[in-house]
Amino acid sequence: MPQIKSLADLKKIREEIRTGLDVRKKAIDPESNVQVKVAMATCGIASGAKPIMEFFVEQLDRRNISGVVTQTGCMGYCYAEPTVEIKLPARDPVVFGFVDLKRADQIIEKYIKEGELIDGIIPVNYETIDSKE
Amino acid sequence: MSKYSMHLLVCGGTSCHASESDAIVWNLRDELEAKGLSEKVQVILTGCFGFCEKGPIVKVMPDNIFYVQVKPEDAQSIVEEHIIKGKLVDRLLYHDPKTNKPVGDSKHAGIFKKQLRIVLRNCGFINPENIDEYIARDGYHAFGKVLTEMTPPDVIKVIKDSGQRGRGGAGFPTGLKWEIAYRNKSEEKYVVCNADEGDPGAFMDRSVLEGDPHSVLEAMAICGYSIGASSGLIYVRAEYPLAIRRLKIAIDQAREYGLLGKDIFGTGFNFDISLRYGAGAFVCGEETALIHSMEGLRGEPTIKPPFPAEAGFRGKPTNVNNVETFAAIPVIILKGADWYSKIGTEKSKGTKVFALAGKINNVGLVEVPMGTTLREVIFEIGGGIRQGKKFKSVQTGGPSGGCLTEKHLDLPIDFDNLVAAGSMMGSGGMIVMDEDDCMVSVAKFYLEFTVEESCGKCSPCRIGNKRLHELLNQITEGKGSLPDLDRLRNMSLVIKDTALCGLGQTSPNPVLSTLDNFRDEYVAHVSDKKCPAGKCKNLMEYYIIPENCVGCTACARVCPVNAISGQRKEIHYINPEVCIKCGACLEKCKFDAIIIR
Repeated sequence: MPQIKSLADLKKIREEIRTGLDVRKKAIDPESNVQVKVAMATCGIASGAKPIMEFFVEQLDRRNISGVVTQTGCMGYCYAEPTVEIKLPARDPVVFGFVDLKRADQIIEKYIKEGELIDGIIPVNYETIDSKE
Repeated sequence: MSKYSMHLLVCGGTSCHASESDAIVWNLRDELEAKGLSEKVQVILTGCFGFCEKGPIVKVMPDNIFYVQVKPEDAQSIVEEHIIKGKLVDRLLYHDPKTNKPVGDSKHAGIFKKQLRIVLRNCGFINPENIDEYIARDGYHAFGKVLTEMTPPDVIKVIKDSGQRGRGGAGFPTGLKWEIAYRNKSEEKYVVCNADEGDPGAFMDRSVLEGDPHSVLEAMAICGYSIGASSGLIYVRAEYPLAIRRLKIAIDQAREYGLLGKDIFGTGFNFDISLRYGAGAFVCGEETALIHSMEGLRGEPTIKPPFPAEAGFRGKPTNVNNVETFAAIPVIILKGADWYSKIGTEKSKGTKVFALAGKINNVGLVEVPMGTTLREVIFEIGGGIRQGKKFKSVQTGGPSGGCLTEKHLDLPIDFDNLVAAGSMMGSGGMIVMDEDDCMVSVAKFYLEFTVEESCGKCSPCRIGNKRLHELLNQITEGKGSLPDLDRLRNMSLVIKDTALCGLGQTSPNPVLSTLDNFRDEYVAHVSDKKCPAGKCKNLMEYYIIPENCVGCTACARVCPVNAISGQRKEIHYINPEVCIKCGACLEKCKFDAIIIR
């Protein structure tokens, strides 16, 4: 890992990652890849997020879907754990709650493959700060 | 790739569900079918929109239009007007109560979104084990800005002007705390992050550490620069293994990038962070006890002054802030004091994270601007009370807080309002109670916690709380008397005035607030020997209403202690001497013949 020696270095890294030109890692092009984020805080893991994450990793590969599965922190929807966010290319991210293996399969088949929403998505009910200086 | 070009999202949250969202979905689907649009438009049921007051909600995507208080028979207009003709259905739009103008587009209406995430900005967005994702969302940019463009007094001024107050519970102004630590001259100073989250029902600190550990590291480094410290310590509970693991990963990654360590950003500033584990004693959340625990001493508080800012860790000036306080700092630096101080109320700025728990539909973490009312948090974001029961009380501030009632629902939440109402902010746990909760038992529960967690150093807390607990126990067992209520109050007031640290000074709050707000319930316990909520086993009696009993013997057969007697087709009778009040008979009876009285 290169050392960050100045504020300019830091900004350069930020721009690299934002534009997806990060050559040090597997290139993630948000235009063509499905991004799956599994909420893996203590609460999520306790309600079964780990096998769900493994399922997505395994099944995207097996079903030939080019995508990236990552973990993330708590989304705040404790009542609906495990929660998973799916970002399809050129679409707003969608959060699915109460994800078990059956539902995970449905998400892949219906939403990721066909772009059809399924019942029980969790609408965004908050605002956040926009990421710019 | 999708065959659908439009989506209708119907809110299926619990309270909308109660008002027929299923029927709305069916009608919309029928209507679309009839118009030959079912291949183009998809109707789905979603989770709660957090706008229950105006439910059921139907949102049209991608137009981003909200329809409120939709009835099943409105399906036709939505399909015919909006979908076919592309016109908004005016009467179903939300009308801003101030201007009385219709608001449709959710992007331009703050009303639809009560939550504002500053502290939780990255939680659930980034991979907490990847520093690059944090950097992509402006991570460490505040730190860079501070080191290269600002002097320590500049930074302190920004924090002071922002009006941020400590999120650990007491609400001490953060900037002032930093300034005092800055002014105390010493070769060695320390920055401490208090991650000893101990209130029952509070889990926001854990979520931040697990979801966005770098925000805390960055803020600690900023604080180190501002007060002149080069080491930081995070005091985290050993019961949070995942938080610890992610903090360690985060610290390692920051060191690899040179964002922690020596000569950061080439400015000559050195700062590093290490972890200290707590064993989970509640009192160690108090800053002097926390420091002693980190020094390897007993986790006991000492009298202030001296404040940690004068003589803290190893006798050196030390600045202690809570996780949530730190997590907001980078945003305040980047967005400015002005921006932050516009959010919130006059004396409480910014946002507060609450952990919603108890008898509420949407249990979870919410972050709202200070000044949001309890009603908005509980009935809109929280989705209301479970199973349509009646709201009774909300407990804020954990064992140091109090129980607020229906009359407080429209109270704008901030530090001072909560204290004035007899509770406090605390770390932000919010436990909602319904009609089935007995308030005397609730007070007893919190007292049990304090008795267990009292360190025993000062007698008001050690002995006083024990006595309070004994009195409450007597009352719930039906052995209390009216003078006991005065005894409870007097003893509570003495403990408040004389205990050594914050734990003891606030521990009687649950008792005092329930005495104030639910005195009739206490009176019912001591005078009528009845528990109105039917929770205190010694004060209730299962009773068979003779008129309703048909003599089916179902109750007698399930009674584990054979307390029910009676022949087939004759009226049954429960012997209160034998009954263990397990409730099995009540569940079994099909004729509503058994009641608790």
